Formats: sequence, C-alpha cells, structure tokens
Amino acid sequence: MKITTSRTPIKEVVKDASMLKQKEMMAAHYDRLANAKENGEKVASTFVPGNLNELIMCFDLVNNLPEVNAIQSGLRRKSGSYVMEAEKAGHSEDVCTYVKSDIGMMAKGNIGPNGKKLPDPDVLLLSYTGCFTFMKWFELLREQYQCETIFLQTPYMADGKVTPNMIQYMVKQLKEDVIPKLERVSGVKFDIDRLREYLRKSARAEDDLVYILQSAKNKPSPIDAYFGGIYYVGPIFGAFRGTDDAIDFYRFLREEVDQRIAAGLGPVTPDGPMADEKYRLVVEGPPNYTNFRQFWKMFYEEGAVVVASSYSKVGGTYDFGFRHDPDRPLETLAEYCLGVYTNRSLPMRVDMLTNYMNEYEADGLLINSIKSCNSFSAGQLLIMREVEKRTGKPAAFIETDLVDPRYFSAANVKNRLESYFQMVEQKRSGSGKGVAA
Amino acid sequence: MSTPSTTEIVARCEALFEDLNFTAAREWKDAEPGRKVIGYMPVYIPREIIHAAGMLPLGVLGGGDQLEVIHGDAYYQSYICRIPRSTIELGVSGRLDFVDGMLFPSICDVIRNLSGMWKMMFPDIYSKYFDVPQTYEDEVGGRFYENEMAEFRHDLEGIAGRKVTDQDLHNSIAAYNENRRFVRDLYALRAQKPWQVPAAEAYLVIRAGMVLPVEEHTKLIGEYLAAAEIEDRPMRDNCRVILTGMFCEQPPLNLIKSLELSGCYVVDDDLMLITRWLTEDVPTKGDPLHNLSQAFLHHSESTAAKYQPDLQEKGQHLVRAVRRTGAEGVIFASPSFCDPALLDRPMLQNVLKVAGIPYIAFKYAENSGQMQPIREQAGTFTDSIKLWSAA
Ligand code: SF4
Ligand code: SF4
Repeated sequence: MKITTSRTPIKEVVKDASMLKQKEMMAAHYDRLANAKENGEKVASTFVPGNLNELIMCFDLVNNLPEVNAIQSGLRRKSGSYVMEAEKAGHSEDVCTYVKSDIGMMAKGNIGPNGKKLPDPDVLLLSYTGCFTFMKWFELLREQYQCETIFLQTPYMADGKVTPNMIQYMVKQLKEDVIPKLERVSGVKFDIDRLREYLRKSARAEDDLVYILQSAKNKPSPIDAYFGGIYYVGPIFGAFRGTDDAIDFYRFLREEVDQRIAAGLGPVTPDGPMADEKYRLVVEGPPNYTNFRQFWKMFYEEGAVVVASSYSKVGGTYDFGFRHDPDRPLETLAEYCLGVYTNRSLPMRVDMLTNYMNEYEADGLLINSIKSCNSFSAGQLLIMREVEKRTGKPAAFIETDLVDPRYFSAANVKNRLESYFQMVEQKRSGSGKGVAA
Repeated sequence: MSTPSTTEIVARCEALFEDLNFTAAREWKDAEPGRKVIGYMPVYIPREIIHAAGMLPLGVLGGGDQLEVIHGDAYYQSYICRIPRSTIELGVSGRLDFVDGMLFPSICDVIRNLSGMWKMMFPDIYSKYFDVPQTYEDEVGGRFYENEMAEFRHDLEGIAGRKVTDQDLHNSIAAYNENRRFVRDLYALRAQKPWQVPAAEAYLVIRAGMVLPVEEHTKLIGEYLAAAEIEDRPMRDNCRVILTGMFCEQPPLNLIKSLELSGCYVVDDDLMLITRWLTEDVPTKGDPLHNLSQAFLHHSESTAAKYQPDLQEKGQHLVRAVRRTGAEGVIFASPSFCDPALLDRPMLQNVLKVAGIPYIAFKYAENSGQMQPIREQAGTFTDSIKLWSAA
C-alpha cells in the first residue's frame, strides 16, 4: 500500500497512500471553499475543539476552520510574515500566534493553501472549548466581517466530571440559540434525523480512528501518534466528521495500519519507513508547524516514535469510549465538546498522560511547550513532574511555537532531545535517575 | 470622636496592602472559633455567598513587587504572566495556610489551569473553578449560573457545617449593595475632583476591601470620603485619563503613582472590578441566587474576560466611561502575556479611534521596577493631549 516516490535529484517525501488520499480530500475541500460563493454555498467559520461539523452540514454550510488555515500557513512557511503583519497592525507580540497568523493572512488577501482566496464567512460559529482565546479570536473576526456570530459556551470540566447542569446548559444553547440562528443564516430547516444520520457516520469513523491510534500499543508501533497523528486526525477534526469520505478514509487507513502490523513495520516517515524503534514516547502539547519536517526528523533519526499524544485529542477524545451517539443527538454534541483534551482539568490531563505512559509502554514523556498557547502551556511543568513521579519514567521539556518561526530554535531543540534520549537510555539500563532534562 | 485623616486611613490601607501574610484576615479568623476564610482570584465571584455562610472572602491578587518568588518560577515558563507564579508562591510558602478554600474564577486559561494545579498541590483544601455564563438569556446562561451558585452554596454549607438560608443571603446582598454604593461614590468623587482623591489612595482604599470584612470596608470608604472631601489639596493642570487592562494581575503601586507624577489624573479604571462588578443594587427580596444571577446577566461590568454578544456594543463601555468622567484619553496598561487584555486591546482601540479618543498602551508586570519609560510615555501623552486641546 505504501507509495515510495522515485528518487529525483531533490529527495522526494515519502507518503502513505492514506496521506495522498487525505491530500486529495483537503484539496477538494479548499476548492469547495474557494468556489463557495460562485456555487451559492454559504460558509461557516468555526474551531477544531468544539467543531460541530454534523450540525453545520445539516444546514448545507461549508465548514472553514481558521486554525487549520493557520497550520497550512505554518507548513507553507507563510505564517511568520502573517504574524508580523498582525503585529504591525497593533497586535501584541505576547498573544496566541494562531490568531495573528489568521489575522495577518486576512490582511494579505486571505489566500488559501490552493492559491485561491478563501471566502468571507456568512456566519461565525463561535463554538469553542478548552481555550478562552477562541472567544477573542472570533470577536476579532466579527469586527472584520461584521457577520452573524453564534456563540456556544462549553463549561470547563474542572472537577473531572460532566454534570447534568453542564449538559442542560449546552443543549439549551443549541436548541434556543444556535440552531434557530443557523436556520436563519442558511435558510435551511433543521432536521434532527439528518443530524442523527451524520452522527451515526461519525461514530463509524471514530471507531476506526481509535483502532488506528491504539495500534501504537504494538511493538514496533506501526504509527507515529504525534507527527503522523496529525495526519490521522485531520479529516475527523476538520470538515469531514460525519461524512462518507471520513468513513472510507479511516477504513483505508486502518487496513494500511493492519498491513504494517502484520509485516512488523514501524511508521512511515518523510524519509521512508522508520527502521528501528528505539524509544517510545508520549508527547504532550501541540507541535511546531513552521519546521515540522525538521522537528519530526529529530525524532525518527534517533529511532524515537511517539506512541501517544495529547494533541491528537484536541478535536475530540475518543479513546476512553466516547462516540457520537445518534440516539441523543444534542446531548452527544455537548459531551463531545466537554470531553476535548484542553477542556479537561489539569488532574485529568495528568491521569490521561500517565495512562498513556503505562498502556503504551512508553519510555518517557516529552512536553513541547508552545510559547503562545496558555491553554496548553500553563501548568505543564507541574504535569511533567507529576507524570514523572507516578510513572518513574523520565520526562523532558522543550519550548517552541506553533506557527511563529521566531520561536523555533533547531539547535536548542536538538540538543535537548539528544540529551533526553541519552537519559532514557540510561534509565532503561538502570543507571540513571529520573530527573527532567 | 475625631474622624481619621486621609493620611491615617491610607496608612492603614497601605499596611494591609503590604502585608503578604494577610495578618488582618488571620486575626479575623482567630477572633472566634469556627471562622473560615475563602480566598478568591480575579475577576469576579459572588462574595455574597461566602459572606452569607459566615465566612470571610479574601482577595488573592498575586504577590506584588515585594514578594520574592522562589518556588513559583519552577511552575511556569517565562512566557506566562506573573500572577499565577506569585500566587503559587503565596501557597507554597505557607502564607495562605489559614485559608479554608480557594476560588479560581473563569477569566482565562491561566487561572483556569491554576485551579487544577491547586487541587494537585493542596489536595486537602477546598478549591473550585468558578464558572460563569458567557450567554445572557435568563433561561439559558441564567439558569446555568444559578445552578453553579447553588452548588457553591451547598459546598460552603458543608465547610461551615450549617445551612445558608435565603435570609442570610439577603442580608449579605444588602451588605455588598451598600459597599458597592460607597465604592461608586468614591469613584464618582475621584472623577469629579481627582486632585482630592489621588489614584494611589483610591487604589489602596479599594484594595483594603480584598482583606477586610465588607462592613468594615464600607465604613473605611465612608471615612475616607469624608476626609478626602475636606482635605485641602491643590488642583494641578493634569490630564484626565482612564486606565484599562488591569483587571487581573495588579500593577505595582509605583506605576499608579508614576502616572500621576507624569501629569495624569486617573478618573476611572478597571482595577479590582469585583468591587463594582454589579452595577446596580441587587434586590433583597425573592430568590437571592436568582437575583444575583439577574444582576450578573443584565447589570454587570464589561471586561475582556466576558463575551460581548453585540458587535455594536463592543468597547462602548469605555467610550461611555470617557464621556461620563470627562476623560481626555485612555491608557491601556496590561500585564505582559495576558491574552484576554492584549487580544481585546486592538478592538477597544478601534472603537476609541472612531470616537476620536486618544490613547496609549504599555505592558507591565506586578513586579516591574523600572518606571522611567512609563513615566516618559505617559508624560508625552499628556503633553500631546494638552497641545490638541489648546489647538
Ligand atoms: S491559545 Fe492555544 S488552544 Fe487557544 S487558540 Fe491559541 S493555539 Fe489554540
Ligand atoms: S494576567 Fe491575564 S493571562 Fe494572567 S492570569 Fe490574569 S487574566 Fe489570565
């Protein structure tokens, strides 16, 4: 199933067939967005954590995700200039760079990854969870687009549980505010059976996603659950959850993973299949996108594979049993939002990472702390010490940024990683102490 | 009985402000067996419920510029604001060891995450993330908030070992209504005669309300108002400004003094918003939690931590404050790395631009030492305002 592109003078990047399939899906989606106005389609902008894609589809709206656009800008090395553009316009150097990348991109014509202009949204669906910055972000976009803005608040799971008050609050918001406004904007009447159908499809793809993510329990792991994980979660976190495309994609990916397990193969990296699995890591925190390949390479070159990551749960946490439930359509949307990783309390995050360390038989925890993301970063040093204490495995801390290249220092990160791998090695051979790198 | 002078009152407030061991609150607690103290962070919690349970609400606003942060830095990266690390320092160093509970209001991701850290670090002490609605429909956000408050009331009953009755709540609401009236009077007097109420004094007098029982604080403000009215203070040719962005991490006292020294009269600010969060009296009849909820939904301050559902209303609170107080400009002073304040800032500035109101902006940390740049910036600002108004 693997496609290794033939060697050319410039080394080509190796991609799984699933990655190529995903690329096609994304390209089609960006084209749909670019042509939305021409085709008479309306566009809803919304967020990955709290993405109500099934509901959006009920109103024939096209889902546009500014975060994904920021990632694309990061990967294409455009985000640096966008961030600076936003700073020139008066945004502080201290705040979330996703927001600034998005605002800078708008200022520079809002050109999407396919080189075509992204449409102005018809509605901002301010459904967010796990981060206050989202609220400010869409207030900023609303100022720009002056369009209808629909708000859905997700309470924080501070005490480690979902209470009936939380669910009732969210369902009421959906019924009394979100849905009527979406009907008004789209001109499409809400049909709960249509929603149920999409939710049913979501759950099918979610089953396969969980299978894929948990395949990392194998040794060697057939996937990388952080760098590769970003590709794996792409469709389900984005505009495809609830679609047949997502079902097909995850089924296809699952087969691919099964074949790798059967062949005893490790993950596919941009330089081809990873040879030797030397270190199994759990990673907490988002990646850096401006130097994504370089960053990944620092891992696979050393034989480090990420077997579980918290970032692959920012758009939904499915591995503890949650599935979208067509029989409780609005409640399930609420539960989905509530369960997103960054909406979980710090003690819950510690439990989750500790669980990953044990279940996936990891050698250590690595935290990639993102300079501009308070939601993830505030508290990570305590998380690190706590997981280390509970598992007896070494942890390390590196600092980068999502899309601001000024905060990616390759030399520093590499040094830190190298000494960390040495520490893992020592710890494994019983000679080292479990101290943080 | 002679009334105390402003100097005496301010000296008392300054001593309370500087006391990082919270002696006054400790003494209050020790004065009678069974008394409890509940700490809270910015920006807002309904202190009425704590008071109704017979407890002392204690505002914990970080460590200021006097606290040496030894442990706190080990918990936070350099790119996170300072208040959580100094708050941790207060906790780890035992300065909050007499507190029976800690509340972390819904203001931003940093304080939100600190709520979980506190649970892990001080597992034997009651702590709660206090969520509030960001939607303002009675049956939606209102109902959610009433239920959250009911849960809180229930928690406090457990700690107090007694029921918190509706009458208790009505009495406490009345006490805080009165306090808010005095706070508003103080703000009104300052807006009217800022030379009579220097910004640093107003700050210290209000700040005393973070540690004193509400009744005592109300009395203190009353005394200050009486003393400030009769004080003979020269009126300077200062510019009238509004300070905004200081709703959480506190600026050093020196910063507030520096602004005045560089020619500003502060006629309004968003410091310790909790003291005037509810902008009208809360009714003292009917369902008290419903009343508190209604006040929160329909009569409360605007700040960056709150969603503004109406685009046309965004930032208008600032324009109105400018008109109300006759301010000539706005100073955006925000803590470094404060996402809510700094992300809100450009939107507010755009509103001011449209309204033709001049502004400047800078950042600070609670322990900023260097005031010279701020003084220069504020001085240039006031000079230019004077030039414009003379032109
Ligand atoms: S602060 Fe973090 S979670 Fe929030 S929008 Fe920015 S990157 Fe996303
Ligand atoms: S200063 Fe700002 S970022 Fe820091 S805790 Fe307060 S509101 Fe949050």
